[in-house]
Amino acid sequence: MSMRGKGPLFAEPDCDAARQWFRDKPKQMSDKVMSVEEAVRRFVADGDYLASGGFGGDRIATALLHEIVRQQRQGLSFAGHTATHDFQLLCAGNDTGRGQLLKRVDVAYIVGLEARGLSPHARRVVESGQVELCEWTNYTLALRFQAASMGVPFLPVRGFAGTDTFKYSAAARVTCPYTNQELTVVPALWPDVAVIHVHEADRFGNCRIRGTSVSDWHLARAAKKLIVSCERLISNDDIRRDPTATAIPFYCVDAVCHVPCGSYPGNMPYEYFSDEEHLREWLTIEKDFDAYLAFIDRLIFSTTNFEEYLERCGGAARMAELRKQELEPR
Amino acid sequence: MICAAASALEDGAMVVVGTGAPCAAAMLAQKTTAPNLTLMFEAGGVGPRLPRMPISVGDSRTFYEGLMATSMSDIMETCQRGIVDYTFLGGAQIDAYGNLNSTMIGDDFQHPKVRLPGSGGASDLGSLCWRVLVITPHDRRRFVEKLDFVTTPGYLDGPGAREAAGLPPGSGPYKVITSLAVLGFNDTTKRMQIESLHPGVTVEQVQAETEFELGCCSPLGVTAEPTTEQLEILRREVDPHGYIIGR
Repeated sequence: MSMRGKGPLFAEPDCDAARQWFRDKPKQMSDKVMSVEEAVRRFVADGDYLASGGFGGDRIATALLHEIVRQQRQGLSFAGHTATHDFQLLCAGNDTGRGQLLKRVDVAYIVGLEARGLSPHARRVVESGQVELCEWTNYTLALRFQAASMGVPFLPVRGFAGTDTFKYSAAARVTCPYTNQELTVVPALWPDVAVIHVHEADRFGNCRIRGTSVSDWHLARAAKKLIVSCERLISNDDIRRDPTATAIPFYCVDAVCHVPCGSYPGNMPYEYFSDEEHLREWLTIEKDFDAYLAFIDRLIFSTTNFEEYLERCGGAARMAELRKQELEPR
Repeated sequence: MICAAASALEDGAMVVVGTGAPCAAAMLAQKTTAPNLTLMFEAGGVGPRLPRMPISVGDSRTFYEGLMATSMSDIMETCQRGIVDYTFLGGAQIDAYGNLNSTMIGDDFQHPKVRLPGSGGASDLGSLCWRVLVITPHDRRRFVEKLDFVTTPGYLDGPGAREAAGLPPGSGPYKVITSLAVLGFNDTTKRMQIESLHPGVTVEQVQAETEFELGCCSPLGVTAEPTTEQLEILRREVDPHGYIIGR
């Protein structure tokens, strides 16, 4: 077995460079509330390595992803960690006459939307070979964020050895100095920028998440720049009344965007369920390329903000139905 | 398939499940033979009282009235510690050693004929849980001699290969539950073999739908037919909207 997978490293696991970055990062408790447009303009640059929180279609930062597509960022690397609708959205920036938004992708899960099926447009983009890929798994990508959040260059795992997934990854083999066991190690991943949707945040960026955290606890600490969107903006006094509930502290956060329904059409635990009809429509329309172009033009490129998108998807009435589905599932 | 899969899970076990048929099987087991089966989902849901089938393994149903809503690392590390007995996996292709492909169809990695999602959590769960159950339709396109891509390790290329690669000893594929039969793995060769045929199915029929040569257990069993009670529960409680059953 080779000592290292042949996949490319899209970000160097340099823990000292990361330390220097975090040393220089502003740490004042300043007011970071701003519009989605401003947050993306200021904190997402062409060529950045981007990561998206949540679980593909669950607690995702849809408004921020739309804005990245709308502002036509180019040449991004992306962590395809449990990516479903988020990846489908970013693919709207490839092969649609607006350059190439995605350039490199670390893959754990892309192209599919779980039981809903495969995205025809995401397949077009990936199967054309225009995006450079490196294979991982959900846990090993999560572990790469974890290593970064710990400030160390790699972490060991006992999984995925002996597979083609390993062969096409940038993982490596080491011998344990204590037990002489063969182990796989994965390199730390510090994304340039991450977008995470949370339930509540104060103006400084102290955030609360309800339900599963997926990999966001580590991702928030690994990201060099972090934009959060929140369902509700709460006071700093509220945060201080229950500090146990804080999942992400202010010093990780660069921008706070107040976006109610910000995970739509994804699920937001205890708030609203996923809009399965809209997601099905999206998958169906992608089969017809011209219809798809008109569809994303109507929903993303010709809207000025996320509120307009929500309106075009049924607005408050639809959200009330999804809220009922979430709160009364039986 | 769902009823046969449910009977493989004993009471008090822990199982990481995905959506669809595996989840239906686990729910059926909970409502019949294994009321104390603990369900876990890779995004962090533990021990839910599932109100209905989840659509995503990360949606809020996976921790509805649950015991814990935690992280993906916590779930995977619980598997890595050796606590989790079972996981359910599927794939586009499976070979004689139970290796699975869910990454691509074709022979050129950069230009696949069909790009599939990739490992997701499959390669992790297939490495770290004690026993892997596979549920899949049975045909020659899926049961192949050689995978286009080994996404998730089964017994790799035979006895001792998992251990040599550094995967936890004593773990690996356990049963493959298909539309035709229940298959297991030979202790010595680690190759797939038929354990029981579904009622009315012959060995020849199963072999004809399989590219690689299958072994046979002796004596060969017959898979129990679903009981009226099992079907009732599936139709009324597990999948009232018919998402899985009858598809």
